[in-house]
Amino acid sequence: MSTVPAIRVRGLVKRFGDVEVLSGIDLDAPRGEVTCLIGPSGSGKSTLLRCIALLEEATDGFIEIDGEPLGFGLGPNGERMRLPQASVRQVRAKIGMVFQQFNLWPHMTALGNVAEALVTVHGMPRAAANAKAMAELDKVGLAARAEHYPSELSGGQQQRVAIARALALEPRIMLFDEPTSSLDPELTGEVLSVMRGLADSGMTMLVVTHEIGFAASVASKIVFLDHGKLLVEGAPGTVFGKPRHPRIEQFLDTYLDRGAAGLL
Amino acid sequence: MTSLLGYLGGEDGRNILSGLVNTCVLWVVGTLLGTVLGFLTAVARRYGPRPIDWLLKACVEVIRGTPFLVQAYLLYFGGPYLCLELGGASACLTLDPFEAGILGLTIYAGAYFSELFRAGFDAIPRGHIEAATTVGLDRWQTLRRIILPEMTMLVLPAMVNMSILLLKETAVLSIISVKELKFQVDIIGNRDYAFVEAFTILALVYWALVELCGRAGRYAEARLSRYRFAHS
Repeated sequence: MSTVPAIRVRGLVKRFGDVEVLSGIDLDAPRGEVTCLIGPSGSGKSTLLRCIALLEEATDGFIEIDGEPLGFGLGPNGERMRLPQASVRQVRAKIGMVFQQFNLWPHMTALGNVAEALVTVHGMPRAAANAKAMAELDKVGLAARAEHYPSELSGGQQQRVAIARALALEPRIMLFDEPTSSLDPELTGEVLSVMRGLADSGMTMLVVTHEIGFAASVASKIVFLDHGKLLVEGAPGTVFGKPRHPRIEQFLDTYLDRGAAGLL
Repeated sequence: MTSLLGYLGGEDGRNILSGLVNTCVLWVVGTLLGTVLGFLTAVARRYGPRPIDWLLKACVEVIRGTPFLVQAYLLYFGGPYLCLELGGASACLTLDPFEAGILGLTIYAGAYFSELFRAGFDAIPRGHIEAATTVGLDRWQTLRRIILPEMTMLVLPAMVNMSILLLKETAVLSIISVKELKFQVDIIGNRDYAFVEAFTILALVYWALVELCGRAGRYAEARLSRYRFAHS
């Protein structure tokens, strides 16, 4: 295996009008490991993830997935130029995305949600796609719920279907944007356990999360963002261990109040 | 009461029945074509260039801002003056009453439906479209597989309501001599000076059709209710 990181971000800048949300982010996410992005609200962590998923177009900077440029590359004269749609599709196919709001399509069953792209995008016959979708649902423990519509599933179940939907396309990298933030603690547990299993299977994961306990126990790398800048990065032991960066100390205080102290 | 039932047999009954058939054809065809026109208008306004949006917006405003009666009148009597010269040949918008009725109803329905669809587009959560993007659906696939079905279930109750209004608007077309229900009933009323009887029949028939439409709509909504949004 080469030492090319699964995700490499260089000098990423994102502005919305006059507001600079990301001010020159450099980030490497190692292959086969879990990288957690943490930080206070408005620090730009979700925007960073959305740039990597190409749901937002970065204002400046470069993103590479497995060494291949995503969205923008270098032109013949060294200028930043937009890459053709075909290249974008090909690189994007390596990435799976899971949202805070699940975003299942309400008019399709759990099975339909998972099978949709297999049929529509990859032209797989319906029967084969359904079989594959069923296998993916089984992996997240929801084979019995395959024929249910999203409205008939709990939040935790919906999020597990959303994870299965992304995994069915066999991505190399999974992005998670606050996957448990709209779930109550009980349902959070079932989603985190699916994510733990995925991490154990060697999936490269980049996770924006407020679950400090999950980050500390599953991630090999923690990245702390603050005001659009990468403030601290390193192994959980280094980032959370003492002495801590004063900004992290301050940030963690809010969690220690909520009983996470024992996890660190 | 006996005189009322008397109109349902013989020649009068056949005329009323043919009027009913014409009313239903006008209604169904106008609603279907209006749905298509409204959808295309909404799509063009959403995805087309800015000037197209402005132009269509102006058309919708005019149609929504004037009575259907006036539109039908202008289309039927004014159409023949609307001519297009092309290389010596000229074509004018000369329509028989039924054609004018269908076209008028389609345009009228299209304006209202386009606004319904526009609201429907806006009501689809952005995240559902982003999810489609991240699994690789292109714009057209997203429109066909995600946006269209989601929008349909969002706007269905309003569409049923609108088609009920359209049914009743068809009565207006009697003023341009479309031989629909109201036109036939007018003839009987004028001949026998029996307007109360004739219009009672008219009211009952429209009411029955509206009930039918409402029931079909409720059935469709019940079928679709399990698709309702899981959160929000």
